[in-house]
Amino acid sequence: MQIYLPIAEVSVNAFLLLGLGGIVGILSGMFGVGGGFLMTPLLFFIGIPPAVAVATEANQIVASSFSGVLAHFKRKTVDLRMGAVLLIGGLMGAGIGVILFNYLKSLGQVDLLVKLCYVVFLGVVGGLMFIESLNAIRRAKKAGGVTKKRKQRTWIHSLPFKMRFRTSGLYISVIPPILVGLVVGILAAIMGVGGGFIMVPAMIYLLGMPTKVVVGTSLFQIIFVTAFTTLLHATTNYTVDMALAVLLLIGGVIGAQIGTRIGVKMKAEQLRILLAIMVLVVCGKLALDLLIQPSELYSIGTGGGH
Amino acid sequence: MLRWIALALCLALPAQAGEEVVLGLSQDRVAITATFNGSEILVFGAVKREEPIPNEPLDVIVTIAGPAQSLTVRRKEKRFGIWVNTDAVQVDAAPSFYAVATSGPLSDVLTRTEDLRHKISIPRAIRSVGAPMNIANAQSFTDAVIRIRKANSSYQLLEEAVAVDQQTLFRTSITLPSNLTEGAYATRIFLTRKGMVISELQTTINVNKVGLERWLFNLSREKPLYYGLLSLAIAIAAGWGASAIFRFVRN
Repeated sequence: MQIYLPIAEVSVNAFLLLGLGGIVGILSGMFGVGGGFLMTPLLFFIGIPPAVAVATEANQIVASSFSGVLAHFKRKTVDLRMGAVLLIGGLMGAGIGVILFNYLKSLGQVDLLVKLCYVVFLGVVGGLMFIESLNAIRRAKKAGGVTKKRKQRTWIHSLPFKMRFRTSGLYISVIPPILVGLVVGILAAIMGVGGGFIMVPAMIYLLGMPTKVVVGTSLFQIIFVTAFTTLLHATTNYTVDMALAVLLLIGGVIGAQIGTRIGVKMKAEQLRILLAIMVLVVCGKLALDLLIQPSELYSIGTGGGH
Repeated sequence: MLRWIALALCLALPAQAGEEVVLGLSQDRVAITATFNGSEILVFGAVKREEPIPNEPLDVIVTIAGPAQSLTVRRKEKRFGIWVNTDAVQVDAAPSFYAVATSGPLSDVLTRTEDLRHKISIPRAIRSVGAPMNIANAQSFTDAVIRIRKANSSYQLLEEAVAVDQQTLFRTSITLPSNLTEGAYATRIFLTRKGMVISELQTTINVNKVGLERWLFNLSREKPLYYGLLSLAIAIAAGWGASAIFRFVRN
């Protein structure tokens, strides 16, 4: 069934959108990532104008994250306190990110910088996670199931403004979480994604939070950052397509519920290695696009700007 | 049978100089609904004339042009091992949609000077004032626009797609793709003999969003904050709804 999208001004198959939303929703529920880094390129691929894809994707992430976070609330795997601290950094970062994005736009070449950002961050994050999870699985096999090994003291524990995060079982300074939120917020605004795929590893490896809590907490933070981004896009660029968002989120919220249940059943190491592989695949695809000669060297942009 | 009656009527008219187009359209407006999936426009008509039919064959050209937009065309080049946008050329006005249907090969039914005067062929329909001095081969940028848009049916050259009967009746059908933009689509009909335009008629087909499409589009432009908040409300309601349904199913 074809449906005409009023803002994107293209006609696409409704079931294709539902399916895409569903698949990305499952992944989002499993890993606690918004799925934007997968969905945005997929939307480009089926012919949605990039500006509309980025803005609408932010709206869809709100829905799938909200659905996912409710499931996590039920199993008490959301650290509200940590989420709030991350959110303070995140909103500041999103603001800085939008300013930075517009500055880069005035220089031209913003597409390239976004793509390079994707390749570098996806590559580094995916690679590190992959190696770490492999080691963890190997260690677990050798030691016969002893996996609780991640509570060493680092420089992070010597910073001031300490706060107790009971759900995470942490007593650390608020400075590292705010900084994590800030950096993720900046990158999220530039790359047009929720930023879960950077935040999840940062929470695990930098802050030392338990994996089960990380997913719910990052979803909680992502809701607010993407809601803020949606409003920004809707009021300045008029690029949020409600019809597209509704179709994606119907598939997305159902997928997120299924994904959350799959995620709970899986071991943390397996979850991380799967996320790492997924991140590396997307990174590889984007890197190839930059390296291989495109079949069409020319591209059309509307408007008389740069 | 019908065409003979039409012909007879044409010939029976009182003598007057020249030949004129009498036009019919299957529809003079296209409504974009939620399930819009392209549209076919039937363009048909007759030639009204008050003198014997000249010996040279009559040819008919039909063009439909969407609203003009200014474009930026970029070209990629390999720099430091990766493909990067380097040169950019502004195209001042290119129609969002353009179709030319002719009754014979375009080079036969239209001379170059007439094409230049009436801007009929696809390259002539694109207006480009000129590229910056540092860019060589600026024409390749305009060619790229035509190539890319031909590939997704936004630009169509339909040679020998107009049927002409008895030098009097003509008809053709032009398919509008599903990715239409709103606006007035200028429709022109040219009659040519020996490559020279002897008569021209212009009309418009209005393409508009209707119903829900219209409402959403207007809301997004006129009350963007409400539109954004409504989008968020729908997103949160859907997220909560799915969660509630799944909980219900599990219990």
